[in-house]
Amino acid sequence: MIAAANIAPLFIVISLGGAFLISLLEKRMKHFPYAMGLIVTGMLLILSLAAVKAVGLYRILIYNVGSWKPPLGITLVIDGFSAFMLVTVNLIAFLIAIYSGPYMERYTSKGKFFALFLLMVAGMNGVVITGDIFNLFVFLEIASIASFALVAFGTGRHELEASFKYTLMSAVGSLFILLGIGLLYSFTSTLNMADIACALLQKGKSNISLMVAVMFIMGFGLKAALVPFHGWLPDAHPSAPAPISAMLSGVLIKSLGVYTLCRLFFNVLGMDAKFSAVLMFLGALSMTVGVFSAIGQWDFKRLLAYHSISQIGYVFLGIGLGTPLGILGGLFHLFNHSVFKSLLFLNSGAVEYAAKTRDLRKMGGLAQKMPVTGATALVASMSIAGIPPLNGFWSKLIIIVALVDAGRFGYAFLAVLVSIMTLASFAKVMKYAFGGEFNTNLGDIKEVPGLMRLSMTILAAICVIGGILGFAGAREIFLGKAGGVLQEGINHSLMILGGIK
Amino acid sequence: MNNEKDKGMSLIVKTVTRLTAGPIFLYGIYILSHGHVSPGGGFVGGVIIALAFIQLMLAYGKESAFKKLPRAAASFIENLGALMFLALAGLGFTGGYFLLNFIGKGEPFRLFSAGIMPLYNIAIGVKVGAGLFAIFIALILLRINREDDR
Repeated sequence: MIAAANIAPLFIVISLGGAFLISLLEKRMKHFPYAMGLIVTGMLLILSLAAVKAVGLYRILIYNVGSWKPPLGITLVIDGFSAFMLVTVNLIAFLIAIYSGPYMERYTSKGKFFALFLLMVAGMNGVVITGDIFNLFVFLEIASIASFALVAFGTGRHELEASFKYTLMSAVGSLFILLGIGLLYSFTSTLNMADIACALLQKGKSNISLMVAVMFIMGFGLKAALVPFHGWLPDAHPSAPAPISAMLSGVLIKSLGVYTLCRLFFNVLGMDAKFSAVLMFLGALSMTVGVFSAIGQWDFKRLLAYHSISQIGYVFLGIGLGTPLGILGGLFHLFNHSVFKSLLFLNSGAVEYAAKTRDLRKMGGLAQKMPVTGATALVASMSIAGIPPLNGFWSKLIIIVALVDAGRFGYAFLAVLVSIMTLASFAKVMKYAFGGEFNTNLGDIKEVPGLMRLSMTILAAICVIGGILGFAGAREIFLGKAGGVLQEGINHSLMILGGIK
Repeated sequence: MNNEKDKGMSLIVKTVTRLTAGPIFLYGIYILSHGHVSPGGGFVGGVIIALAFIQLMLAYGKESAFKKLPRAAASFIENLGALMFLALAGLGFTGGYFLLNFIGKGEPFRLFSAGIMPLYNIAIGVKVGAGLFAIFIALILLRINREDDR
C-alpha cells in the first residue's frame, strides 16, 4: 500500500468526529460550532488538494479498511475522478461554512446546524471515496438523512412540507438503489465495485445488469434530479436555509447523483450506446424542462432551483456523449455549476437576510444598497448564462463543440437555445432584484456582514478565473485525470483490482 | 403527594413494570455483551436497553423516567457513544489501519475474545440505546403549533 493512501480514511474520520464533537459541546461553548465547522471543512479542503497531488503522483490510492483484504473488506479508492469530486465538495463546503456563521444567527440552533452540516459533508466525502457498493449506499443515506433535517431547519409549514416530500421521494429512490445493489450482489456474489465489474465481464451481458441499470437510473437519477424524477427539488431547495440550498444545489445532487451514476455506469456496469442514448436524452429533457419552468418563476430561490435541474442536464448531456471532449466538458461544467450556483444561492440568501423577501417583484435597486451582493450576483448570472470569459462559457462551449464533433446537431442546437433562455431568465433576475430604482417599500437596507461578503467574493473570483481549468496545462492536473478515469471504463476497475491483489 | 400516584397507568401496569424493567435492561446488556459470540450485538442490545426506559416512561409518566435518564443526558450519552466508536476505530491507526482489530483475538466463543469487537458493540449499544430513547422523547414531546400556519 502507498503511504499517501493513509489520507483516505481521514476524510470520513475528521468530518464525523467534528459533527459529534459539536453536538456534544454546543451547549457549553457558544462559538464552538462555527469554529469547528470552519476548522473541519478547512482541513478537508487541504486534504483534498493533497489528494489531487497524490493522485498526480500515483494515479490510484487504495486503502484497505481494518487491513481486511479485498474483496472481503471495504476498500477506499481515490482516483482522478474521486479527487476531482473531493475538491469540488470540500471547496464549496468550506466557503459555505464561512458564510453560515453570520447567516445562521437568525435561526435558533447553530450547534445542530453545523453538526448536521458536517454529517452531510461526511456522507458526501464517503460516497466519493468508497470502493464498496454497499458502503456507498450507507454514506448516501447519511448525506440524504442529514439533508432532510437541514431542509426542515426553519420548521415552518412550507419547510416541513418540502422536507416531507423530499424524504418520501428520496426514500423511494434509495429503495430502488438498494434493490439494484441486492440484485447485483446476488448475481456476482461480491460488493467490491472493481470485483463486480470483473465478475460482470466474465459472465457476459445479461438481463440482470440491464435491470440493475434501469433501477440505478431511477434511484440515482432521483438524487440528481433528472427530469422525470425532479419533483422534490423545486420545493426542497428554496425551503432550506440559504447555505443549505447552496450546498444541496452545489454539491449534494452532484456527489449523490451525478458522481454515483457516472461511476457505476462507466466503471462498473460498462457504458454502451444504449445507456449513452438514455443519459443524453434525460439530460436534454432536464435541460429544456428546467429552463422553461424557471423562466416564469418569481420566487428568487425557486427560479435558481429550476436552473439547477437545467444545468444538471448539461452535465449529463456532456458526460453521456462519452467522447473524451464530451466527458471533459461535462465534468468541467459540473465544477463550474457548483461554484456559480452556490454563489447565486448565497446571493439570494444575502438578499433574504437584508430585505427579508424572496419575491423578485418586491425587490428593486438592491445593487445600490448592497454593492458586493449585486456585483457577485452579476458575475454568477453572467457565468451561468455563458457569457465569455467567465467559467460557464468555457464549459458550455466545450460541451457544444463536443456535440457538434460527434454529429449530434440537434442536441447542440438545444444546448445553445437553453443557454439563451438562461440568459433571458437571469436578465430578469438582475433587472427586478438589483437593477432599476430602489424600491422604498423595503425600508432601510444594509449590506450583509463581512464574512458573508468574503465568501461570496471568493466564489465570484473563482467564477472569473475558473475558465483557466479548461485550458491545456491546468486541465491535465485536475479535469484530465477525472475524465481519464471515465474513459478507461471497466478497464479502470480491472486496474484497481490488479492494484489490490 | 397523591399526584405522583395518579400519573401514568394503573397499579397493575406499574407493578409489572417494576418487576420487568430491570430484567429487560439486564437482557439488553447480555445481548450487547455477547454480540460477538451469539446472534445480536450492539444495535439490538441498545434497542432493548432503550425499551426498558421507554416502558418506565409509559407506565410512570415522563417525569419519573426523566429522573432516571434526563433528556440532556440522553443526547450527551448518544454523542459519547458515537465518539467512543470513532476513537476506537482511530486507535487502529496505531497498528497502521483505520478500524484495525489491534487487540489480541483470544479463544473463539469465549466472552473475552474477538479483540476489539465487544468494545465496538458496547459503543454502538450506548449510542443506539440513548439515541432511541431521545427519539422517543422527541416524538412524545412534539407539539404542533397551529398558529405557525401562515
